[in-house]
Amino acid sequence: MEISLRVPTDLEVVEEAVDLLARHCLASGFPPHTARFNLRVALAEALANAIIYGNRLDPEKFVDVRIVVAGGSLTLQVCDQGEGFDPAGVPDPTQPDRLDRPDGRGLFLIRKLVDEVRFNERGNTICMILRRA
Amino acid sequence: MTFTVRKDPKGAVVIGVDGQLIVGNRHELKQRVLDAVEAGERKVVIDFSNTGYIDSSGLGALVSLSKKLRDSGGELRLAGLNEDLRTLFELTKLDTLFTIADSTEQALADF
Repeated sequence: MEISLRVPTDLEVVEEAVDLLARHCLASGFPPHTARFNLRVALAEALANAIIYGNRLDPEKFVDVRIVVAGGSLTLQVCDQGEGFDPAGVPDPTQPDRLDRPDGRGLFLIRKLVDEVRFNERGNTICMILRRA
Repeated sequence: MTFTVRKDPKGAVVIGVDGQLIVGNRHELKQRVLDAVEAGERKVVIDFSNTGYIDSSGLGALVSLSKKLRDSGGELRLAGLNEDLRTLFELTKLDTLFTIADSTEQALADF
């Protein structure tokens, strides 16, 4: 199964987009718990990052999401139209001096909730892989 | 997604999150709590027993609100988190920042 969705740069649509895509993944037979929780949180984080930090809330830009469920894995790709960033430069939000900051946990959570995370060289596309248990 | 606000007879405000707490609605929750603080409330419990998932923006909003309550001489407590939601707090070590109770009743018991 393959799904593609173009999402506008609008934080208000994140919940609806996540819901729509997660329902398709559930229908494809992916384990319900993974589709209901890990996928939803990871996708919500990736979309929010793409909209806020990637597209910098520019309503002229959009975010492309592509999900492929094949064999034993689900591949989730989120691509924004921004300049990209260096994921290695993102600090650990669980360090004591960062614990009471309100931001900086998105990529950390993605890494914890999916089995594999990759970025393209420019840093404007994240690819997340979830494998069936 | 809806937020419900009720006043406990003992004096705490209980806010229920029905749906998700994410980037698109975190400001609404923040406003509900800030309105309560502005009105003089100092004990706030957020009830997550009907919450599907929370993203990092939602976690960040809770961190800000907790600080706001502490600075005002109050406290924000969390209740009713299912296993997945608790995992989010443990992964991010935010479980060390909040009082997390199994239920609203337990959160209110010694407030």
